[in-house]
Order: sequence, then C-alpha cells, then structure tokens
Amino acid sequence: MKLLTGNDLKTGFVTWWTGSDWSIHIEDAADVGEHGEAILAVEEAARRVNAPYIISGEMTPDGPRPAHIKDRIRALGPTVRPDLTLKPADPAAGDWVI
Amino acid sequence: MYKYDEYDHAMVDARVAEFSDQVRRRLAGEITEDQFKPLRLMNGLYLQLHAYMLRVAVPYGTLDSRQMRMLAHIARKYDRDYGHFTTRQNIQYNWIKLEDAPAILADLASVEMHAIQTSGNCIRNISSDQWAGAAADEITDPRPWAELLRQWSSFHPEFSYLPRKFKIAVIAADEDRAAMRLHDIGIQIVEKDGQHGAAFYVGGGMGRTPMIAPLIKDFVPLDDLLSYAEACLRVYNRYGRRDNIYKARIKILIHELGADEYRRQVEEEFAHVKSLGIDPPKAEFDRIAAQFALPPLDASTADEIDRSDPDFAVWVDQNVAAHKVPGHAIVNISLKPVGGIPGDASSAQIDLMADLAETYSHDELRVTHAQNIVLPHVRKADLYAIWQKLDETGLATPNLDLISDIIACPGLDYCSLANARSIPVAQKIAARFSDLGRQKELGELKLKISGCINACGHHHAGHIGILGVDRKGTENYQLLLGGSGAEDVSLGTITGPGFDEDGIVDAIERVTDKYLAERTDGERFVDTFRRVGMAPFKEAIYG
Repeated sequence: MKLLTGNDLKTGFVTWWTGSDWSIHIEDAADVGEHGEAILAVEEAARRVNAPYIISGEMTPDGPRPAHIKDRIRALGPTVRPDLTLKPADPAAGDWVI
Repeated sequence: MYKYDEYDHAMVDARVAEFSDQVRRRLAGEITEDQFKPLRLMNGLYLQLHAYMLRVAVPYGTLDSRQMRMLAHIARKYDRDYGHFTTRQNIQYNWIKLEDAPAILADLASVEMHAIQTSGNCIRNISSDQWAGAAADEITDPRPWAELLRQWSSFHPEFSYLPRKFKIAVIAADEDRAAMRLHDIGIQIVEKDGQHGAAFYVGGGMGRTPMIAPLIKDFVPLDDLLSYAEACLRVYNRYGRRDNIYKARIKILIHELGADEYRRQVEEEFAHVKSLGIDPPKAEFDRIAAQFALPPLDASTADEIDRSDPDFAVWVDQNVAAHKVPGHAIVNISLKPVGGIPGDASSAQIDLMADLAETYSHDELRVTHAQNIVLPHVRKADLYAIWQKLDETGLATPNLDLISDIIACPGLDYCSLANARSIPVAQKIAARFSDLGRQKELGELKLKISGCINACGHHHAGHIGILGVDRKGTENYQLLLGGSGAEDVSLGTITGPGFDEDGIVDAIERVTDKYLAERTDGERFVDTFRRVGMAPFKEAIYG
C-alpha cells in the first residue's frame, strides 16, 4: 500500500492522509494507491501540511505499517520516550517500530 | 558574563519582530514552505521527525541563572518539559509549535538570548572551553575573544551565505576541552615572548570527510585576530565550492589547495583586510573583557574537603576539577545517568542547576560539548551541599569522562537526517557498564555515537566511536577505535563489518576486555590502542 504523510504546518506533528483529511493517527491512514501524486499536489497547494511525501507500507491486523523504520518512528514517537509517544499506556508499542 | 548593550538588544528585538511577521505570513498561507524554510532556519527552527525543533544559542556555552531558568520555562510552557543540550554547547527543544516560535524568541530576548545563526550556511555559535575563566591551566580567559568573534560574526554581511556552515572554537589552554582542531577554525590563545597571540588552525571538521585542522598561523597578534579571521573566511567564501554540498566545507578547500597555498592566499588577503581597520579599538575590547572578570573569590577560604561520605568522595574524585583560585573548584554535572538520555534535562533539573549556580557559583553555568553542565566557581566548602541537592534530582552521576559519559546525537528517534538510533545504543552500553568500579577500572574512555555520517555525535573523535548506518532498511552500527577530540587529536579507524544493536554492545565489551589485557600501567584506552594498533582489537572483536 501507499501512504501519504507530512508534518502539520502549525504544530509540526506527523500527519497521515485519511482519504478526506489529515490525522495524527496512522490507524486512520488510507491507501492512496495510484492517486498519491495528485492528492499530494492538491494538499501542497493548500499549505496545511509541510513537505508531504508518499511512502510504501503494508496493511497489518493492527492497521497500516510503514515499510521503513524512520516512518514507523514518525508514526509512533521516539522509542526512547514511550511517555511521549501516541501510545503512552502501551508498553509494547515500541515493538511495532522495531 | 557579557551583558547586552543597546546594539545587541536592538538587533535581537528587531529579529524577533521580523520573524514574528514571517511566521504570521506562513500560517496565513501567504508564503510557501520553500519560501519560509530558509527564514525559519535562520532563526534556528528546524522541522524534525515529530515536530519543529528549536535550537537556542548559548554563546561559548556560558549562561547565568536567569537565562537557565528561562530555558526551563520554555521547556515547561512550550515543549514537553525537557531540553536537550548539544555537542555545540547549545540547547534544543524537540516539540515546538510554529505558532509558539515568536513568543519563545521574545522570551529568549528578554534574557539576552536568541536562536540566530544556529542553522544555515553562516558562522554558527562560537564554542569554547567549558572551564574558561576558571581552569587552573589556562593562560587567559578565551571568552572575551569568543564574544568579540560573536559580535563580528552576527549578521556579518559577507558571511551570511557561505558555501556551507562554519564553526569556530576558541581555547586558551594546552589541554583542549573544546575539540578545537575539529572545527572550521580553531583558535588557541598562546603565549610567545611574554605576549599573548592566537594560533589559527583552519580546515578541521567531522562529518562524512573528517579532517584535523592544520596549523595555518602559529602566532597572530591579538590586535589582528578579527582581521586574520576575516581573511580566512574571505578566501573560503571566494573559492569554497558551492556546486557540491559534500565538498563545500572549508576543510575540502584547504585539502585541495594545500595548507601552504591556502596560507599564502590568507596572508595576501590579510594584508588587504588590515587596511580596512575592522579590529576594534583597545577600549572596546577592554569593555568586553571587563565583563568576564573573575568573580570575587576568597583565596583564603578552606581548601580541604570533608570526604567522610563515601558516595560524595567518589563524586568529588570524578566530577570535580581544579580551579585557578585556591579553596575553589569546578563542578561538572553529568547529564548521563544510567538509563537516561545523554544531554537531556527536565525543566525541574534545569531550574535546580540555575538555583545552584545562583547560590554557589557566582550565578554562572556552562554547557559542555560533551553534553554536561558546569558550575565554574564553587567554594570547596560548598561541594557537599551541592552534591546532596544534585543527588536528590538524579544529577550526581559520578562518571565524567568514563565509558558511560557518552556523547550521543538525537539519532533516528528525533532527527530527520539520521539513519539509525543513537540513544538506545548509548543506554545499552551504559547499562552493560553500569558498575562504577568497572568503569573506573577502565579509566578515561570517551565513547561517542552518531546516528548518521554527519557526525553530530562526534564518533570520529571518540576513543571508541559508533556510527549508525542504514543497511537495507535495518539499523547497523560501525565501530571505530582510536579517535580523540582533545590536544592529542586523532581520527578513529573503522574496525570492520558493522553490528546490530546488541552486537555493538558485545563488541565494545570485547574491545574493553582486550584493552585491560593489553594495557600497561597508567595507559588510557586510547594510549594502548595507539601502542598496539588495531590488529589485536580486531581479532578480539571478530575472532
């Protein structure tokens, strides 16, 4: 699958294209398939998200999972500060990254 | 401590107003990210993996308690309650919102701080010896010269768009505590025939092409220091490569020209620059230097330390250094607890260090390039009280310059350039060697970790260095041995094939075991490595 991601203009937070809007939760991310470049162009013009780009990923039982570790860290948060990730109450969340 | 004059205030306030308007325009959609990016970078605002990152300048690593408290305030109010002290004596915040950036810069300006020139192809924060002004072995305080260079380089019209970023360090002791020769320009204040002058080392650096700066001029009269620096920069600005980012640093220019030819061109330029009269009048330098005067320290105060508390005695032996004034000491606060993140400090810890500076260290603190904090002017009689307060806050780790006093860049946990995580590796090594007796048995051992070839973690200069790379999407760690950023400067050599995260920790243990087997009395790790060479270590690592 193909995912569209970037950083929110105001907060800088990692954000994922859901098919109709942006979400900080990768679970909400949609497969942009062949339409990624077109969506990217429209969203860049809208100037809500910084430096959007398309990545490869796979759909898993837990939801979309980016192919590269850098994007998995982006999706969760720093592995060395579980308290600052999007899943602070899940001690096993870091396993998803590695 | 230098205090802003009206020009400093006006410059910084004007920049805050200018950047506030630029942020407003960006948030309103009036300018694109391509247009905005160079503007935010000029104000130290990066976009990293999880959010904007703001890098705040701490000139030559010196700050007072009011400034330190402001750093804690920013961590609390605008970030996630902590800051990260860096290898260039700055502090970074990892979770900044763009809309908050103008308010943060205004808060910084209120305590005479800013984020100007902490990014971009300009002269960055001038770094220096963290013990400057207090060290028993210095010939003078190098900070007035660092401050002069700061003023000269701030908004320098010729040097705002150099071929690449430019880093300058100034020291005034034979012991190099600032990795001086691994800077674009390293300046050492030296003495010759009873006069002080400046030795210029130019063309050092780490990154993908590490080089040790050659000596370009052994003695520049201090009255000519700015003119000589200007000449060095002008030659670089004229001929440094702008066509290839990987060949744009001054080290490449000097390597390709040769030190002799670069020196000839600098001398030619210097003869011209001298006629421009850019060096300040003596009265102006004296005005700056007066603000770095040694605080009133009573040399008759007690020189003995009560070592009856054994934990305190261990800390004194490892983390307290000699001061130039009897009865006083330099306190080094380690930001490297086992299990912690090198260089990170919570707002409460930052506030505590500010309180200690105000009460016990004549209101002064320093940030070190090894990501620790220094209280430079402490009465020996106050050491126990300081240690107790540090201990209560998790800041009394007695590991200065030991294997767990690890320099580590933020790595792939935070940095958009990184290829591998640095911090978890640092934590695993610190845990493996957590026994303090074992660390002390190993002695001085500087371990430095970078998460990519840009070498923010100074891996080339580590007695043991680790470089994280991306090998087909997997983190892999190369091991280097034999580097040093000190006066015995050298670049580390890669041992061979890399390791995974656990494998690199095992490899380091094999290296240290080999060192213990090979060393002779008094030899540090790096001394043994230099004596016996790579072969026995390689065999220990790979069999």
